[in-house]
Amino acid sequence: MPEQTYRDAIRSALIGEMDRDSSVVLMGEDIGVYQGTFRITADLLAKYGPTRVIDTPISEEGFVGSAIGMAMLGLRPVVEMMTWNFSLLAFDQIVNNAAKIRYFSGGQVDVPLVVRGPNGAGVQLSAQHSQSVEVFYAHVPGLRVVAPATPADAKGLLRTAIRGKDPVIFLEHAALYNIKGEVPDGDFVVPFGKAEIARPGRDVTIVAFSRMLQVALAAAATLAEDGIEAEVINLRSLRPLDHNTIITSVSHTHRAVVVQEEWKPYGAAAEISATIMEGAFDLLDAPVERVTGADVPMPYARNLELLALPHEEHIVAAVRRTLYREAASRA
Amino acid sequence: MADRTSHKENPGGLTPRAAGGPAVATGVRESVDLASALHWYRQMVIARRFEEETERAFRRGKIGGYLHVYSGQEAVAAGMLAELRPEDIFFTAYRDHAHALFRGAPPGAVMAELYGKATGLARGKGGSMHLFDVSRGFYGGYGIVGAHIPLAVGAAYALRYKGTDKVCLLFLGDGAMNSGGFHEPMNLAGLWGKEGLCPLVIVVENNEYAMGTSVTRSSAVTDLASRFNQYAIPNERIDGMDFLTVRQTAARVAVDVRATGRPYAIEAVTYRFAGHGAADMFQPYRDKDEVETHRRRDPIVTLEHRLREAGLVDDAKIAAIQAEAEQIATDSVQFAEESPAPPPEDLHAHLYGEET
Repeated sequence: MPEQTYRDAIRSALIGEMDRDSSVVLMGEDIGVYQGTFRITADLLAKYGPTRVIDTPISEEGFVGSAIGMAMLGLRPVVEMMTWNFSLLAFDQIVNNAAKIRYFSGGQVDVPLVVRGPNGAGVQLSAQHSQSVEVFYAHVPGLRVVAPATPADAKGLLRTAIRGKDPVIFLEHAALYNIKGEVPDGDFVVPFGKAEIARPGRDVTIVAFSRMLQVALAAAATLAEDGIEAEVINLRSLRPLDHNTIITSVSHTHRAVVVQEEWKPYGAAAEISATIMEGAFDLLDAPVERVTGADVPMPYARNLELLALPHEEHIVAAVRRTLYREAASRA
Repeated sequence: MADRTSHKENPGGLTPRAAGGPAVATGVRESVDLASALHWYRQMVIARRFEEETERAFRRGKIGGYLHVYSGQEAVAAGMLAELRPEDIFFTAYRDHAHALFRGAPPGAVMAELYGKATGLARGKGGSMHLFDVSRGFYGGYGIVGAHIPLAVGAAYALRYKGTDKVCLLFLGDGAMNSGGFHEPMNLAGLWGKEGLCPLVIVVENNEYAMGTSVTRSSAVTDLASRFNQYAIPNERIDGMDFLTVRQTAARVAVDVRATGRPYAIEAVTYRFAGHGAADMFQPYRDKDEVETHRRRDPIVTLEHRLREAGLVDDAKIAAIQAEAEQIATDSVQFAEESPAPPPEDLHAHLYGEET
């Protein structure tokens, strides 16, 4: 299979969908003339023109709301959030309009809207530009929330998102744009709600999504050197959540560590832990461990920022705790 | 009170304040056929009687939540929707019952929605604030003040993007003009309009009050129409209590917007006779004299006088229309009362367009 960067996977998915369906339009701040803050949309203005690649003023509520109206009329707008932090300015539009219009109209309209852009932290952008918003949106019925961790997933999930009938929160990660990975040829899609076993193992299940999958895989490699075989689940989507893959895995490993970059309280890891408790309580041999970011606004100083993020060693330590081998490793 | 006199200085309300370009329509119909106004008189009488019945049902506990009735403002929606083509579309806020009725939604289905019944216009999922009838181009009633405005701007873009000559009509209240949800999409509408990509007719239903806060207490600039100049959207203020004025304006503006793909804003000065909502019983923000003064300009009575002058209605005809409205209101209530509640399985229905 050919290799592609995460950035090129997203960009080529956009091009493919725009070529395939004239109802696909792109909107966002500086996606056209400026070529995109992360160059996802580079050269697309020249290729598709200003009615399909729409540079918007800085007005998230206005342009996200407008995209919802376009979607209600049958277009397939793909809105770029320069970063997901800015989506809070459009939170009402996403939560009160995009997510609910189908429901409160009694099913009279589809809202095939995709909002995409970088989520998360790690490049010293400090508090207002370094947060993870997945739980804000994953809490809301009517939305789909996906967070690809690999180039192939980014491409396959974006195709599913654009071709669907419902609003999709598509969470990329700025620290992943340059990673490379194998991407299948042809028109493959990755369905929502189907997690992947990224690495099989027998001793413990590690559940992760977005950038934390890459960190979890590194931790699993380290653990393997110590004879511990971790099974790593690449969640892909948070809503819908693939309960079956998680429960099936925990049913044979009997232990679980859930990893997220965001703040710990009321987070995705809490939801997944509860899911495991509900579905596999009798099969657990240890309490489910959570590895999360620190419960503070992201600090600027590099040393503090690193302290606020989960790292490989945190996952390794959590796995050892579930195996009751923490003390041995310290010795 | 807002400067309610200024629209009287311009009684026809027909002088566009061009902002950023000419808004002179061609082929504008200069006179509205009074005979067809009889149809709209009948619609307005039906809507008024229907609203009385919704208030009664609310007091009887048959309608839950909020209830915002349209009585007093009928000429605005009737005059505007009279000039919309069947294939055109519109959005409005939560005071939406009459808009649905004027567009042809079955009165029984509207009442059933307020009753929370399966036969309701939105299957009992939306209620009073979220009437929807997409088959008739009605893309919804919305409950967050101002937040429906960008939807209409995007919808207008989509109409033109798809190569149609349809227009989108957007109703909003005076209160919505102070929200952030107004300014961002109006800037987009002005921008996209310059490219001919925003065939949007904006109608501000200025009924003087955002709940209990008057225009003078909520808006630094009380000439609401002029605020569209900021966004290069041509605009004018008209007498929203006069059906014929509204309709003439709508006809002219719709032709212009359809031809140019540029937005146009109309401030229709009107008044709501009832409280903001069913819970607004004491109305401490206005006195009874003020309400009575405005009731003397009841849009239904005004249109009735015009029709009488033209010899198109007489006492017998008026009585017949009122009897018909009475029958429709009664039948709507009966239909709603007898309709089944949504089945329990509807709790989870209509959430997603497709399974995963």
